[in-house]
This record gives sequence, C-alpha cells and structure tokens, in this order.
Amino acid sequence: MSKEKELSKVQELVYELKVADAMRSRVITVSSKTLMSELREILKINRISGTPVVDNDKLVGIISIEDFIKWLADGAKDCPIGEKMNAKVMSLFSDEPLVHAVSKLEQFGFGRFPVLNRLDHKLVGVITKGDIIERLLKETEIDYHEEEIHRYRASHIFEDIIADKTTIIFRYYVKGKDFNRAGEVSTGLKKNLSRLGIDPQIVRRAAIASYEAELNVVIYTDGGEIQVKVRPDKISIDVEDTGPGIPDIEKAMQPGYSTAPEWVRELGFGAGMGLNNIKKCSDKMNLTSTVGKGTHLKISIYMEKKGGA
Amino acid sequence: MKLKEIVEKLGLKVRTKSGRLDGDVQRGYVSDLLSDVLANAAQGDLWITLQTHQNIAAVAGMKGLSGIILINSREPEEGTIRKADEESIPVMVSALSAFELAGRLYSLGITGIGNAAKGI
Repeated sequence: MSKEKELSKVQELVYELKVADAMRSRVITVSSKTLMSELREILKINRISGTPVVDNDKLVGIISIEDFIKWLADGAKDCPIGEKMNAKVMSLFSDEPLVHAVSKLEQFGFGRFPVLNRLDHKLVGVITKGDIIERLLKETEIDYHEEEIHRYRASHIFEDIIADKTTIIFRYYVKGKDFNRAGEVSTGLKKNLSRLGIDPQIVRRAAIASYEAELNVVIYTDGGEIQVKVRPDKISIDVEDTGPGIPDIEKAMQPGYSTAPEWVRELGFGAGMGLNNIKKCSDKMNLTSTVGKGTHLKISIYMEKKGGA
Repeated sequence: MKLKEIVEKLGLKVRTKSGRLDGDVQRGYVSDLLSDVLANAAQGDLWITLQTHQNIAAVAGMKGLSGIILINSREPEEGTIRKADEESIPVMVSALSAFELAGRLYSLGITGIGNAAKGI
C-alpha cells in the first residue's frame, strides 16, 4: 500500500520537476578543436565518461568514452575531436518536464543528454540517470520528513485530547501605526499552526490572510485584536478594531483601490490588494464595518478542501 | 542552482549570518509591493526588491521564499537582518538595478515561469 503511494509520488514528481531541477549546471566541455589525445586526461581528471563538444557557446556534438575506445582501436591517429564526435546530438531543453529526460534516456540508451536553454540554445547543463535519481531521492526525503513531523505533532493535540469538541484559541493585540512590529502576530500564528501539525498549505493561507488583516489594522486604525480559533476541521480568524471604519466596503474590496497615505505606499504597503489577498486565501470571508465605530473581519479556512488560488 | 553559486556568480553581498545558502533556487520574483509578493510569489522563489525594512523578512518567511536580494546597493535595516536570521531567510545586496539583476539571474537559468499556477 505504502509502496504504491511512493511510486505515484515519484510519478508526480517527474512531471512536476523540470530538467533544470535535476541537471548538473557545472559542465565540463571540450571544443571540436581539442585533440583526441587530450581527451583521456580530461575524462580522467573530471571522472566523467563523456562530454559535450561546444564551439562559441553552441553545442556541436558529444564525445564519449566509447568513441575514444573506438579511436584507440582504429590506431589512435591524433586528430581534433570534431572528426570523431557524434555530431547528431540529441538534447533536452531546461524547461522540459523531467519525465521527458527519463523517457529519452530509456528510449535511446544514452548515458547523458546535454541540456539547452530554449531561448538561445546555449548549453546550460548535462543530465544523467544518476542526476535524476539523486534529485528524486532528495525530494521524496523532504516530503517524508515533513510528513513525519506532521503526524507526530498533530497526534499530540487533536488526537490525544479527549473531548467532544476541541478548540484552541490564540488571542493577539495589534498596535496601530507601529510598523516595526507589524507582522509579528502573523509570524507567531504561523509558528503555532505549524507546531499543531497543520498542513503547510493551510498554514500558509492562514498566515497570509492574517498578515494582510494585521497590516490593515496597523495602517488604518489605532489598534485592534485578532482572535484565532483552531478546530480539527477549520481555522477561524476574527479581526476587530475600534475605528475609523470603512465607508464603502464594495469599493475597498476592489483590487488596487487604496486609501493608504503616500508614506505607507512607499514602504510597499497599501497597494490595495490586501482584502483581495485575504479573500483568495480564505474559504469564507465576512467584512462588516461602521464608520466611526470600527471594523470586524471574519475569515474561515477549512482544513480539508483546498480553497485558495 | 544553489544560492551559494548565485551569490558567487553575481557578486552579491550576504548580510545575514545564518541563512541557508545551500538551498536550491529555481525561480525568482521581482516586486516592491508586499501584498503582490504574498499573492503572486511562489514558495522557494528568490525575491528581488528595493524594500529594506523588516517586513520583507516576515513576508519572505510567510511565503517560504529562498532569499531576498536588495537592489541598487540598498542596505537592509538592522531589524531586517535580525528578523531574517530568525526566519533563516538569507538577505543579500546587489549593486545592480532590478532589471539588470533579473536579467542576469534569468541567464543563469533562474526563471519565473509557471509561478502563478503554483498557488499560494
């Protein structure tokens, strides 16, 4: 069962990863004018069994240890590599999915493929079976590790506590106009949620939504409160402040609409994307506001379903 | 490509002490608007910006970015370095402009393709 899962994970990865993700970008190359007699030393020193032949940044061929042995067998009469190389080179583009590399290696039985940049056809790397395996191993190891942490921590809270309903509540106070501390709440919240073993994607969405909300409180109000409720099925974030309130919520929700003062914009805030970002990150969002009284923002993010863009 | 290689090739000055320069970088994002980065950058992106205050570290931490490069020789504020160290986000300084820097990175194989589709 778990073996099946691992396999499909690898299959997913070869489609997700690009050739550039697995290739080796430090490439030893030779020129077509390099002599065959020099090749052995180049292969030996770099411990490689073949190398691309490059003239003026353009790939013109590939020469391998098999070509070298053939040359030796034919009498080893010295000549430029250009005469013995394989000039019909098959290559891959760096932005192709890794699965193309896998199938080409299999199909043609070559040990390596040169990798070219699609735009200018310059050589940017070389990819071998070993490189692909190494990259996939690294990737599955990371995933496995994350899953381990996830299981361990999650079991501690929501599974070990015996109750009909378990809710964990965090409450934070946000100071208005204090840009040095802006973001502290959301950074703290992100750490807490990660510790609870919540899925990293969900954590990220919650953190971004609360960050944008926190920033709004800092920029536009004299302060407010953020309350986060974590349940096994959802995260609810409540942000409340005591004014000045939003006169036109519909307008405020429009991407790019902002009433932020110039100095705030210069800091890279107040671009008029905040509420929109919150909406994108949440499964449910409810904003109510009374001018002169304050604003109340309610956000829900469900643990199961993937909502955000 | 390893961040360390990028630092070497582009002559970046690293301002954070810890930082994970061994991290692999594949893609990048350029923006000076924090909300834009939150909305559109993808996990693992290398972020090019002119903003130097400490909220860039928070934003990078939140998105799981691989590092921040400040342009035009702009130096990070003190609080930025402290926060970035806490979040293990490397902060680097380049003398180049954003345009120039992005171009150099692109020719090293760091692209921006497919970011938007990757989600938050």
